[in-house]
Amino acid sequence: MPEIKVDTREAQCPAVEANIVVDCRGETCPVPLVEVRKAIRKAAPGDVIEVFGTHPASKKEIPMAVEALSLELLSVEGTDTDWTIRIQR
Amino acid sequence: MEDKADKVTIVLHSGDMDKVYSALIIGNGALAMGMEATIFFTFWGLQRLKRGALEKGPLSKMNMLGLGKWMVKQRMKRANVATLEKMLQDFKELGGKVMACDMTMEIMGIRPEDLRQEFIDEYCAVGSYIQEARESAITLFI
Repeated sequence: MPEIKVDTREAQCPAVEANIVVDCRGETCPVPLVEVRKAIRKAAPGDVIEVFGTHPASKKEIPMAVEALSLELLSVEGTDTDWTIRIQR
Repeated sequence: MEDKADKVTIVLHSGDMDKVYSALIIGNGALAMGMEATIFFTFWGLQRLKRGALEKGPLSKMNMLGLGKWMVKQRMKRANVATLEKMLQDFKELGGKVMACDMTMEIMGIRPEDLRQEFIDEYCAVGSYIQEARESAITLFI
């Protein structure tokens, strides 16, 4: 049986440089969601968007929006009051 | 017909500051989550589309001749809540639709040039609201 090799380096380390950075630290509802949506509209397919925020509900809701828009959620890191979310269009 | 699950239509009847916030937050939230959104401005709500009037509404409760509103505004500023102006601009930038009730314009003597026409997509009546609402998964009266 032939050996199947899977290269997982990229999957383990999503260290792709962000194409668009959205800094909504200190912003509250609905600004983080809205700013992310604006960034997604500006992004080209394949672009990586990195979002910094401090609004706790948005940490849960941005991933919901990403799913609703059928985009890829690369990572959610940090605490509820200081987080980073990476999205790929 | 469009996918029924993908649209929110809001009737904004109130011109109270807090209720205008509700309408614009929900509208922006819908657009951000990938839905379409329409706000039908009527009666006191339409007053807020006059030039310079967007932030001028009283608080729906405990306005206390403007004192309550002032206190709430201070707290909103501290919490870094966006202005209604920013929310309306975001709503339009994300593709939200603004409808203005033409009967209200007639009753209240509002001319198109009194309104911020750059934000208004359509001047219309109940039939247009129903057409929007019938293909919306969510419709609200505020």
